[in-house]
Amino acid sequence: MEAAVFILSLVDCCALIFLAVYFIITLSDLECDYINARACCSKLNRWVVPELVGQALATVLMLVSLHWFVFLLNLPVATWNMYRVWKVPMGNMGVFDPTEIHNRGQLKSHMKESMIKLGFHLLCFFIYLYSSVCV
Amino acid sequence: MPTESLIGYGAPVCVDSGSDQDGYLQGCTQVKCCPRSLYSLVNCPNFPPQLSAGPAQLSPSLSGLSLQSQTPEALRVVNLLQERNLLPLGPVTPPTPCLPQDLQKINCHPEVFRSTLTSIPQTQSLLNKAKLPLGLLLHPFKDLSQLPVVTSSTIVRCRSCRTYINPFVTFLDQRRWKCNLCYRVNDVPEEFMYNPVSRSYGEPHKRPEVQNATLEFIAPSEYMLRPPQPAVYLIVLDVSHNAVETGYLDVVCQSLLENINALPGDSRTKIGFITFDSTIHFYNLQEGLSQPQMLIVSDIEDIFLPTPDSLLVNLNECKELVQDLLRSLPQMFGKTMETQCALGPALQAAFKLLSATGGRVSVFQTQLPSLGVGALKSREDPNQRASAKDIQHLSPATDFYKKLALDCSGQQVAVDLFLLSSQYCDLASLGCISRYSAGSVYYYPSYHQQHNPAGVECFQKDLKRYLTRKIGFEAVMRIRCSKGLSIHTFHGNFFVRSTDLLSLPNVNPDAGFAVQMSIEENLVDMQSVSFQAALLYTSSKGERRIRVHTMCLPVVNSLSDIFAGADVQAITCLLASMAVDRSVTASLSDARDAMTNASIDSLTSFRTSVLTIQQPGLLAPACLRLFPLYILALLKQKAFRTGTSTRLDDRVFAMCQLKYQPLAYVMLMIHPALYRVDDLTDEGALNVSERTIPQPRVQQLSVEKLSRDGAFLMDAGSVIYLWIGRNCNPNFLTQVLGLPNYAAVPLNMNMLPELDTAESQRTRAFVGWLREQRPFFPILHVIRDESPLKASFLQNMIEDRTESALSYYEFLLHIQQQVSK
Repeated sequence: MEAAVFILSLVDCCALIFLAVYFIITLSDLECDYINARACCSKLNRWVVPELVGQALATVLMLVSLHWFVFLLNLPVATWNMYRVWKVPMGNMGVFDPTEIHNRGQLKSHMKESMIKLGFHLLCFFIYLYSSVCV
Repeated sequence: MPTESLIGYGAPVCVDSGSDQDGYLQGCTQVKCCPRSLYSLVNCPNFPPQLSAGPAQLSPSLSGLSLQSQTPEALRVVNLLQERNLLPLGPVTPPTPCLPQDLQKINCHPEVFRSTLTSIPQTQSLLNKAKLPLGLLLHPFKDLSQLPVVTSSTIVRCRSCRTYINPFVTFLDQRRWKCNLCYRVNDVPEEFMYNPVSRSYGEPHKRPEVQNATLEFIAPSEYMLRPPQPAVYLIVLDVSHNAVETGYLDVVCQSLLENINALPGDSRTKIGFITFDSTIHFYNLQEGLSQPQMLIVSDIEDIFLPTPDSLLVNLNECKELVQDLLRSLPQMFGKTMETQCALGPALQAAFKLLSATGGRVSVFQTQLPSLGVGALKSREDPNQRASAKDIQHLSPATDFYKKLALDCSGQQVAVDLFLLSSQYCDLASLGCISRYSAGSVYYYPSYHQQHNPAGVECFQKDLKRYLTRKIGFEAVMRIRCSKGLSIHTFHGNFFVRSTDLLSLPNVNPDAGFAVQMSIEENLVDMQSVSFQAALLYTSSKGERRIRVHTMCLPVVNSLSDIFAGADVQAITCLLASMAVDRSVTASLSDARDAMTNASIDSLTSFRTSVLTIQQPGLLAPACLRLFPLYILALLKQKAFRTGTSTRLDDRVFAMCQLKYQPLAYVMLMIHPALYRVDDLTDEGALNVSERTIPQPRVQQLSVEKLSRDGAFLMDAGSVIYLWIGRNCNPNFLTQVLGLPNYAAVPLNMNMLPELDTAESQRTRAFVGWLREQRPFFPILHVIRDESPLKASFLQNMIEDRTESALSYYEFLLHIQQQVSK
């Protein structure tokens, strides 16, 4: 049962890693002018909610299987994701807004955020791997 | 001089564009030497830039040194608590950058390109210590009376950073030039070696491109993504019952009929009309029809164009039909009973119509859109208007208008919005359609042909200017700066397409822009940095042109030099734009606190780092002495004030204007100019084209300066108030107003009668001169004690205390308290 939980979380974490890499690649494409702001933002906005769901799933799994430390590790990221989506004002076109992304230096902050998430997910990946092997 | 010669002392070479208002000159390499300097800008209240203050007088070799040897006028310490008369006699002049005389002479005019700090700090940490924002304010498409136009087969640009050659490059020898933005050495092309001015060879530094900081190139075909578009104008009119009631339709149609030949364009100009209420009406104006044919599309959920062409017709070929339509439109809808308004579908239809070519859409709206996509609800709570806490609903309610604006921007369509309504129209949402498509917003609250005749006149004059002013299509603008500086935030109406490329489907001469910069790398070993704004546009005659402005500023590494070069008006305007952004993204109270902290922090920094002797009181450098006054004025401005009843639309419009207007008009909006006019004399008068314009002294904005036996004129940018004191000099009343006594002054007088007396001539000359300096038409209101506008006149008295705001002195005390902590 434990192993199953961890393997499920491992798979979920893999998906989140790929998603983080996709975000980074799309944002760097925008930086280098390979795609325009509108296309970039619509691509990224599509994946904001799936990322939220994936992260929430991992958190809930840890909660349900009573692994407190890993749960507390995942919780801030999950709440940050939810806060990010909730904070978007009504008039904006989603978390990634093409009118703001170049204007307010949001590109850099989004890139930084994605890098941090990538690092975090890699860390979680190894934790789950180790835990699933240990169990 | 060594071979590395900078520009010589030669008189600026310019191609005289004559009095042609458009400044369009074809293929002109014929030059005439102008006896006057290049900067004869007609609309410039600050001309000429005063060279009296500051170290610009120092010889070139000394100007590189820091300013420790003598305290320049700009750094003279002023105790704000003691000195009451801080305002200069005339308009506030911008500081002059302390560059060598020969460079400063050809530097870009401050009306066009201005920096908040005329001495750039060497490092970001130094800038942070000064606590002043670093940014640029530009007015790139300003109407200029003299603009050199260069047609050249090669446009010389730097190979790596693509900067246009400008007066601040260095020529290493006759054949090589060093870019002043990226420091790369480039070769001078062969054609550039020939100088058409002196018909000599081998003097590239005498060419007009290298002698003028502001000039225009005729762009060859590499600068076009598609053949230059024709001028395309689409007029979208609200014809619901409410709209027709206000009577605006008559004014618009009349104005179009009068100005139809003055619309900028050539033989390819196209025009079209759409009217809407609960359905969308198109007009078939095909040549050959006996009268315009109206086609109604009632399926507003899925808008389609009823005919593929002839909705947008060539103006010259179908002029009679267009004129017929304009004459019959007001009557067509005179009896309408439709109350709904489908603005969203109308805009979608407009976009569909124009997406093939691009162009300009002028939308006239008089109520909240209630039908179809983009319908808005009334969000304003009238009880919250005078709220002392936060103001809600400053951001858009829906992203429909933003999305549509981005679509329009992609197809080179700009949407200008005219809002003529008496009720809440959610300008915060509607304004997005103009903001991101580089359009402009015009707002006439309570417009009505009978109840508000002054508003009608204002609308007429604004429309005339709007229809006849210069316009540029499918434009992009790029602002480049020297290596080490980078631009991170942009303010204005445009879409930021990539890190420094602004997409402007339309560019007009009344739009101002601002950018904020940061210092990424330390600017060591650099004496000066340069900034270049290049605007590539298609003129209304289908010519692709590039307008280039270049500015050069010195680099300094001491805090006192930074303060000496601070431009208080530019800083105030940039702070206003930043505060608008903050109010929308965070909250209004955050923005207000941030503005107050800006003044506190900068004065603290001055006190701790620059002042050698600590004295009591609130000490400020002379160049920043007006800073707390301007901050207080901003806090009391309609956009940011709390505690006083302000309609939400008025507030949002004030915010839009703070971001959109060029600096001179924003400053008038923020800090109106008050003059005493009942005793105008010819002393110190200006002589402009044989008229004598009296120059009364600018007064402080306090009721203390108003006196009952005088008459005062307040110039607030878009409106001019003439306040008559109760015991006003009867001479003034009879000679200027043509009235026997005070009691005869009507409550709503908007014009000065043309009397033959000297006083009347002087007053009218003065008011006319104020009005001439701006492209929009300010209404004159004559105010007496019982006037309904007295409250708005008195609200501009920023130095006085009100129930919800501090007086100027109290504000200074508050700042002093914070600074001394």
